[in-house]
Amino acid sequence: MMKVTHAQLWVHDQDEALAFYTQKLGWEVRSDVTVPELGNFRWLAVGPVGQDDFAVTLMTIPGPPVFDAETANQVQTLMAKGAAGTVFLESDDVDAEYEALTSRGVEFVDLPEDRPYGRDSSFRDPSGNHLRLMQTAAVRA
Amino acid sequence: MTTFVPPARHLLRARDLADARYFEPLDVDDMARAAGLSRAHFSREFRRAFGEPPHVYLLTRRLERAAALLRTTDRSVADICFSVGLQSVGSFTTSFTRTFGVSPTVYRARFPPAASHARVPACIVHFYGRPANRTFREDRTAAGD
Repeated sequence: MMKVTHAQLWVHDQDEALAFYTQKLGWEVRSDVTVPELGNFRWLAVGPVGQDDFAVTLMTIPGPPVFDAETANQVQTLMAKGAAGTVFLESDDVDAEYEALTSRGVEFVDLPEDRPYGRDSSFRDPSGNHLRLMQTAAVRA
Repeated sequence: MTTFVPPARHLLRARDLADARYFEPLDVDDMARAAGLSRAHFSREFRRAFGEPPHVYLLTRRLERAAALLRTTDRSVADICFSVGLQSVGSFTTSFTRTFGVSPTVYRARFPPAASHARVPACIVHFYGRPANRTFREDRTAAGD
């Protein structure tokens, strides 16, 4: 059996991302380890409370020798333009989440809206990563 | 703590404003303010980053949402027009027809409700449902936006 345990997002700044995911989203830190022998590489993973077997790894865009400066810059620009992919989240009450997250300063891209499959919304993390938050029709029923 | 913010992030904030608040009387000036840039500079930079002028992005977001409402609800064309932030049913019908090739009423008739009930997330509908026709001569914003 194969399971998804982590998915990785690039972030512009790990401290800023950590504050966003823990303080604004209310997620918990799963690991935060800095490895001196790997140039202080920091493995930082966060996940939603109540879902222990999945985490999102927030990784700084590396410079040389992993990425040359041009590649790092391209990744950074693509993220800033919102072209870096999407994380899909589900809630049993999208409107309540929207109110709570908005009150904590989260900027929504899509306000909660009815769609054929349920009620859907989306927001971004500080780096520009896109997160969708939806409440499927089955959950709402 | 000072965090590096790539310039495009500010442009994305303006684009997000169009996506989030399309139903309000929003215009390019509001988008430029969200990016913290002058209108002329903003329009140039937006086009460079995203390949289309900001007023077109805003209008196609409105038309995309209008098309979705035509497919999935039985609300009137006028109601849908106003609910996506457009002020004139005549202009809406013209823009819609030029973009989708058929009037809102004919468009709706082509999509039986059941056909649109696939569980495709809204972002996919935004991206892939966004019309590609780029000529909006009736738009009131200045050329070069």
